[in-house]
Amino acid sequence: MSVVLMQHALFLAMVLFALGTIGVLMRRNLIVMLMSVEIMLNAAGLAFIAAGSRWGQADGQVMFILILALAAAEVAVGLALILRLYQRLGTLDADAADKMRG
Amino acid sequence: MLSLLAFIPAFPLLGFAILFVTAGLLPKRWITTIGVGSVGISAFLALIVMFAFLGAPQPYTKVVWTWIAVSSFTPHIGFYLDALSGLMMLVITFVSFLIHLYSAEFMSTDEGYNRYFAYMNLFVASMLVLVLADNLLFLYLGWEGVGLCSYLLIGFWYRDPANGLAARKAFIVTRVGDTAMAIGLFVLLTNLGTLDIQPLMQQAVVHWPVGSALPIAAAALLLGGALGKSAQLPLQTWLPDAMAGPTPVSALIHAATMVTAGVYLIARTHVLYDLAPPVQTAVAVIGALTLLLAGFSALNQTDLKRILAYSTISQIGYMFLALGVGAWSAAIFHFMTHAFFKALLFLSAGVVVQRLGEEHDIFRMGGLRERLPLAFWSFLIGSISLAALPLIDAGFYSKDLILWEAWSDGALGPWLWSAGLIGALLTAIYIFRAVFVVFFGPVGLEPSGPTGWRVAIPLVVLSALALVGGFVEIPPYLGNVPAFSRLMQSALPTPPAMATAGSSSELMLSAIAALVAILGVGIAYISFRRRPAFLEALVQSPASLALQHFWETDWGFDWLYDRALVRPFLWISRIDQGDVIDRFYGGLASLSRVAYRQLSESETGRVRRYAAGITAGSVVLIAILVFA
Amino acid sequence: MTIAFYIAAAVAVVATALVIINLNVVHALLCLVISFLAVAIVFYVLGAPFAAALEVIVYAGAIMVLFVFVLIMLNTGGAAIQQERHWLTPWIWVGPVGLAAILLGEFVYLLWRNPVAAASGALGEPRQVGALLFGPYLLAVELASMLLLAGLVGAYHLGRTDRQAADERGRM
Repeated sequence: MSVVLMQHALFLAMVLFALGTIGVLMRRNLIVMLMSVEIMLNAAGLAFIAAGSRWGQADGQVMFILILALAAAEVAVGLALILRLYQRLGTLDADAADKMRG
Repeated sequence: MLSLLAFIPAFPLLGFAILFVTAGLLPKRWITTIGVGSVGISAFLALIVMFAFLGAPQPYTKVVWTWIAVSSFTPHIGFYLDALSGLMMLVITFVSFLIHLYSAEFMSTDEGYNRYFAYMNLFVASMLVLVLADNLLFLYLGWEGVGLCSYLLIGFWYRDPANGLAARKAFIVTRVGDTAMAIGLFVLLTNLGTLDIQPLMQQAVVHWPVGSALPIAAAALLLGGALGKSAQLPLQTWLPDAMAGPTPVSALIHAATMVTAGVYLIARTHVLYDLAPPVQTAVAVIGALTLLLAGFSALNQTDLKRILAYSTISQIGYMFLALGVGAWSAAIFHFMTHAFFKALLFLSAGVVVQRLGEEHDIFRMGGLRERLPLAFWSFLIGSISLAALPLIDAGFYSKDLILWEAWSDGALGPWLWSAGLIGALLTAIYIFRAVFVVFFGPVGLEPSGPTGWRVAIPLVVLSALALVGGFVEIPPYLGNVPAFSRLMQSALPTPPAMATAGSSSELMLSAIAALVAILGVGIAYISFRRRPAFLEALVQSPASLALQHFWETDWGFDWLYDRALVRPFLWISRIDQGDVIDRFYGGLASLSRVAYRQLSESETGRVRRYAAGITAGSVVLIAILVFA
Repeated sequence: MTIAFYIAAAVAVVATALVIINLNVVHALLCLVISFLAVAIVFYVLGAPFAAALEVIVYAGAIMVLFVFVLIMLNTGGAAIQQERHWLTPWIWVGPVGLAAILLGEFVYLLWRNPVAAASGALGEPRQVGALLFGPYLLAVELASMLLLAGLVGAYHLGRTDRQAADERGRM
C-alpha cells in the first residue's frame, strides 16, 4: 500500500465532522438532522481507522465495528421516535416539539 | 426550712413547663391539678418559710448558681428573704392560689384552658422571682417576665383584634418605663460596680452624698420603670384597656401583684430615694396627682371593670404617696390590704359579668342583690374596705396610716393630705355608685347559671381577709397593735412620723377621714338611689356633660399620646418605607427575579438550540485544553 | 493509490456538503449514500478492507435503507420542499458555520503543532480483526449485542401505532 499521511486522513475526518455539526445546527427537518448525526459518527469512525492505519494495528477497525453497531441501534430507535413524533405533531419540524419551554 | 426558699418560684415554673410542653394533650382534670396545685404548693412552702423566718428574723440569702461571670460583674441566681420580700411572697402566693382556684371554674368552658394556666403559672413564677431576687439583674428578669405574661394574658382571646391592640398598648407603655429602668441599672452598675441589692445600697451610702446628681439620676430612672409597671402618671393609659383580658387575670395581675411591682422596687431600693430627696418628693406628688386623676375618671365610667381599673390606679397612687413621704411600711401595709379587697372586688365583678352573659355596662344591670347574694356580699365587703369605712375593715387601717404619714411630712404635707382626703371621698362615691347601680334598684338583666364551690371559697376567704386583714396594725388610740410595722422594721426604716404616733392630731385626722368616707357613701346613695331632680338637671347640663366626657377618657391622655407620639411615629415609618436599605434589599429581590426570567428565556425547548449550546461549550473546553 | 485517496476525499466532502444543503430530503439521502461509498474507498486506501466492506454493507446498505423506508412511510411530497425553502433562510448558516469553523481551526492548530509520522500502510487483514474481536474485545462485542437487542425491542415498541396498542390491551 502507498503511504498516506495520517494528518491528511484526520483532516478529512474533521472536515466531515464539522459538516455534520453544521447540518445538525442548521436544518430543521428531523430526518436531515438524524442524517447529519450519522455523518458525524462516520467521521469519528474514519478517525479511528486512520489511527489504526498509522500504528499498523487492527484495533482501529475493531473500534469502527463497534461504532457501527452503535449507529445502527441508534438509527433504529431514532427513526421509530421520529415516526411517533410525526404522528403526534403532524410535522417533521424540530422546533415544533418545544413544550418543555420556560 | 429556709432553704426551701428556692423552690417557691420553682414549682409554678415547673407547672408552666409541663403545661407548655404537653399543650393540648392532657385531660382537663390534670391541667387543673397542675396549674392550681403548683401555686398551692408554693403557697404552702411560703407559709412554712415565713414561719421559720419569724422564728429568727434576720435576712437570709440563698444563691442557687452564678448566672454571669464577667470580670468583676457576677450576678447570681439568688434569693433574698427578709421581712419585705417575705411578706410580699406570702401575699402573692396566697392570693394567686385563690385566684387560680377561682379560674378553674371561671375559665372551665374556655378553649384556651391549658394556655391560660400555663401563662398564669409563668406569671406567678416571674413575680416571685421579682420579689425574691437578690440582685437587680435577676429582678429585671422577673420584671420582664411579668410584663410578657401580662401581654400574653391581656391578649388571651387573641381572635378579637381589639384585645391584641390592648395587649400591645400595655406592653409598649410599660416598655417605656422598662427602658428607663434599664438605663438606671446601667448607671448603678457603672458607678457602684455591683447590682447585688444589699451591697449596692451600702456602696451608695458610702460613695454618694445626699442630693448629688448620680443618685438623683438613678432614682429617677428606676422611678420611670416603676411608673410604667404600676400605671402611674404619665404611663397610666394602659391599665384601663388591659381589662380586655379575662377577669381573674385582671384580679391577679392588674390589681394584686404586677402593678405593685413598682411599689416593691421603690421600697427595696429606698436607700437611693433617701439619697435623692427631690425624686422622693416627685414620687409623692405623682402619687397624689394620680390618685386624684384616677378618682375623677372612675366616677364617670360605665364599664364595671374599668371602674375597678381606675380604682387600682388610684390606690397605687396612695402607695406611691406613702413611699414619697418616707412611710415605707405603710405603703406595703396598704399593698397587702389592697391585694385582698381589690382581688375580691374583681372576682365578684367577674361573677356578675359572667352570670349576665358578658355584660359590662353597669346601667344595664340592676337589682342583683337578691339574684346573686354571694357576689353582692363579696362586692359590698370589698367596697367597704376600699372606701375605708371606719373600724370594721382592713382598708381603713392602711389608708388611715398613709394619710397620717402624709400630713406629717414637712411643708408639702398638708397639700398631700388634702389630696388624699379628696381621693378618699371620690373613692367612696365611685365604688358605692357601682354598688347601688348594680345591686339595688329594678332588675336589669337576669343572671343565669350556678356558682360553684371553687368560686365561692376564694370569695369567702378574701372577704374575711378584707375585713380582718388590717388588724395587724392598729394605731395606739384604738388598741395599739404595731405588729406589722415592727415586722417591717427589720427591712425598712421607720418613718419619722411614727415618733409622734398616738397624738391627738392623729386621732382628729382619722376622724375627719372616717367622716369623709361616710359622707361619700351618703352622696352616692342620694345620687344613685334617690335621684333627686335638681341633681339630674345638673348632671345633664352641657358643661357637666363635657366635663364628664373629659374625665371618662382619662383626662385626655389617650388623645394626647395618640396625637403627640403615635401618629408622628406612624407617619415617619410610612415615609421611611422606601429608604436606602429597603431599596437595597428590594434590588436584590428584583435582581434575582430578572435573572430568573433570563434563565427562563434561555430554555426554549428547541433541540437545535440545546445542541448549539453543547457545541459551543465543547469548543470552549477544547480551546482551553489546546491552548492552555 | 494516494491519488485515489485524495479524489475519494474530495467526493466525500462535496457529497456531504450537498447533503446538508439540499432542499429535497430524498436527494439529500442519496448524496449521503455517495458520501459513504467515497469514505469506504478511503478506508480501503488506508489499509482497512474489512472496514470498507462493512461501511458499504451496513452503513450505506442497511442504515440508509432504513431512512428510505421511513421517508416512504411519511410520504411528505412536494409540500416538504416548499417547507424546506421556507425554513432555510439566508442567514441561518452563520452561527453554525462559525462554530464549526472554530472547531476546525482548533483541530488544525493541533495537527500543525504535532507533526505525525506517515501511516505504515500495512493491510489490516480480516483475520487479524476477527482474532481481536474474539480476544481482547470479547466483552465489547457482548455489550454491543445487548445494545442491538435493546435497540430492537425499543424500536418495535415505539413503532407501534396507538390503535395497535389499544387492540392488544383489549385482547388481554
